[in-house]
Amino acid sequence: MARKVLIVDDEPNIVLSLEFLMQQRGYETHVARDGDEALAEVERFRPDLVLLDVMLPRRDGFEVCQRLRAEGWSELKILMLTARGRDVEIEKGLSLGADGYVTKPFSTAELVARVADMLEGAE
Amino acid sequence: MTARLRLVLIVTALSVYVLVALVALAAAVSSDLGSVEREVLERVLRREASLAIFIGLLFLAGLAFVISLLFKQYVVGAGRLGREAELIAAANPSHRIEPSGPPELRAIAGAVNQLAGRAESGQEGIRAQIAAARVDLEQERNRLAALMSELTLAVLVCNADGRILLYNVAAKELLSRDGAAPSPVGLGRSIFAILDRSLVAHALERIGTADAATAASVHLAASTSGGLLLRVAMAPVRDREGEAAGFVLILEDVTETAETSLSRDALLRSLTEDSRSAVANIRAAVESMLDYPRMDADERQRFAAVIRHEAEALSERVEGAARQSAAQLADQWSLSDMLGSDLLTALQRSLERESGVKAEVGDAGHGLWLKVDSYALVRALGHIARSLHADAAVTRFSLDLGQAGRYARLDLGWEGAPLAEERLRVWVEEPLGNGGAGLASTVREVVERHGGEVFAPADAGAGTAYVRLLVPVAEPAAQRPRPAPVAASSRPDFYDFDLLRSSEENPERDEAELDKLGFTVFDTETTGLRPAEDEIIAIGAVRIVNSRLLRQETFDRLIDPGRPVDPASTRVHGISSEMLAGQPTIDEVLPLFARFAEDSVLVGHNVGFDLRFLELNEARTGVRFTQPVLDTLLISAVVQPEEEDHSLEAMAARLGVSVVGRHTALGDAILTGEIFLKQWRLLATLGLGTLGDVREAVRRSYLARVSESLYTG
Repeated sequence: MARKVLIVDDEPNIVLSLEFLMQQRGYETHVARDGDEALAEVERFRPDLVLLDVMLPRRDGFEVCQRLRAEGWSELKILMLTARGRDVEIEKGLSLGADGYVTKPFSTAELVARVADMLEGAE
Repeated sequence: MTARLRLVLIVTALSVYVLVALVALAAAVSSDLGSVEREVLERVLRREASLAIFIGLLFLAGLAFVISLLFKQYVVGAGRLGREAELIAAANPSHRIEPSGPPELRAIAGAVNQLAGRAESGQEGIRAQIAAARVDLEQERNRLAALMSELTLAVLVCNADGRILLYNVAAKELLSRDGAAPSPVGLGRSIFAILDRSLVAHALERIGTADAATAASVHLAASTSGGLLLRVAMAPVRDREGEAAGFVLILEDVTETAETSLSRDALLRSLTEDSRSAVANIRAAVESMLDYPRMDADERQRFAAVIRHEAEALSERVEGAARQSAAQLADQWSLSDMLGSDLLTALQRSLERESGVKAEVGDAGHGLWLKVDSYALVRALGHIARSLHADAAVTRFSLDLGQAGRYARLDLGWEGAPLAEERLRVWVEEPLGNGGAGLASTVREVVERHGGEVFAPADAGAGTAYVRLLVPVAEPAAQRPRPAPVAASSRPDFYDFDLLRSSEENPERDEAELDKLGFTVFDTETTGLRPAEDEIIAIGAVRIVNSRLLRQETFDRLIDPGRPVDPASTRVHGISSEMLAGQPTIDEVLPLFARFAEDSVLVGHNVGFDLRFLELNEARTGVRFTQPVLDTLLISAVVQPEEEDHSLEAMAARLGVSVVGRHTALGDAILTGEIFLKQWRLLATLGLGTLGDVREAVRRSYLARVSESLYTG
């Protein structure tokens, strides 16, 4: 059964690449464009991993991450993506329950390897 | 016991004595006489009784008259001598006693005068010696003061209680920047009016705990109530035991720097973070295309579109950031005041040296103050001159300066045809070369930074042409003309029992010696003499700290009363209605005065009058003056009770204070302050050294006056 990845980002220009990469790797993908939508999609789509951008309209990535963990999604893998590269933000993301933190710009090969590791390495 | 009472007692005693002596004589004589003789005597006495009593009374009256004459001459005269000698000794060494009365007293007066003269010249000698000995010290102090005032750094020195002991001009200027007037900086004022008390305490603690070698000073960031952001360097002043006796503060206004750096931070952040996303998008797209070469044409097209879109957005962002940072640099551009002649000379020299052309400077405009960046202007004008030189072979120029309202015309002229506006437009847009002119890269920018203009007028006279630059002139310092005041009758006596009431019970302050207290000596001018109807039009005040009148720390404001000034009053203080138009109202000035007088004892002459006016504004302005008040008029009644005239002029003359600048609020305040300081010494001879003593003595003397006037009608 194919692994499911939810891509949460409001920029279509990165969503295009992320979706393409995940699909090439054989994952089933879904896209959410803001924080509220992300929460709803997790409920409906029940992904194995969320690629979560920090800067989102309405509810930012940190908040979404915190809410997901608070709602009991402990098995769900969360990989945060952000243009904010400061150490304190990485620390904040990991503290709020993210499993990984990738700063933009990133190498696509590394990102795919990271996602694969989180999804398949855990088996 | 007063002299009068003593006189009455003496005369009464004498009369009683004479009466007793007469009765005794009568008793002795009658016991010695036979019955016949006694009868004869009785008859004689009965017949002549009224005559005898009359003669007796006449004798007594004559005696009393002589005694009182002698008493007045010698005893009262001696009393007067004593008080005047005391005045010489305590307050006014140049006072001399007018010899009067009997020759003995005249002799004493002469001798006292002689002694006073000798003491005075002796004192002068000692003073001269002290002065000579202090010259070195003074010089050193002056050097320090000069150094301090020259420093562009703002420096304050405070004692351990946070009272300002020393400050320089830069500090006063810096702390007045937030529009706070009067300046919170002043000798003896509390630094905690400027900096948060806990912040200073925190810094002192840090200094105290750090070992002396590593932390000579600490740095703090502080914001003032007026919204300034300060960087404060603080270093302790230690006494011989190594205890902190005070601290030195070096202040730096970082408000602008902080704002600039904030917006620069924002710019930097938007550059990095926004660019990160864009670069990430591009990179992800490119890598996808490269790593998966078999993607179909349609998909490939979508990725390519992403790359182009993001790359375009990125270059726009970089462009925007460059513009923004240029604008930030422009904000730092500083125009400074410069004298016209200096600018012309600089231009002339630069044209001859840099551009190899001759420049003649016109006669006008040399005294004009301009607000310019001279370096940029020189570069800009040099560029135009060189262009003219290359284009039209102009080798001789003229430079002229003239004022046109808030702008100055700076004309670069030459003999030849006028310049076409199109050509000028090309030149002003050209890069200036050699790194531009400071922060501007074209003549246009230089002109814009000055808020000016540049053009080539076409209406030049025959054979001559010029390029004209408009640059701002510096604001002239505001001046306030005042007609010379005319001396006229002073204000009426105005007593207010309330001012003796201690409105702010402060036993500590009452026990303080006068020289330990801060005083604000003030005076007001008004539209007229009726507090209920008239209004304050001027407040002048000066501070006394550590027994010194601080002439550099004054308060001097005119106030628009919103009603015409009584012409009779104008003759006294020289302030007319026209002068008050546009001045601030009492609502604005009174809070400022309250701030100036904060934490000090108020002093005034016949101050009840002024207080009544302040009080009547209390409800409207919400400003209350609750500090203790002293009245030099009432003090005068304590220290010189025998004098009749307690007006400022009379007191000044008696105490040897020279009178200058009377009948301006500030002039009268300063005079009152000087008189007040002289009165201290007289108060000291009466054993009145503390504020409480003086207030009590004034109260009693005032009561004495009131009760006396009750009995005498």
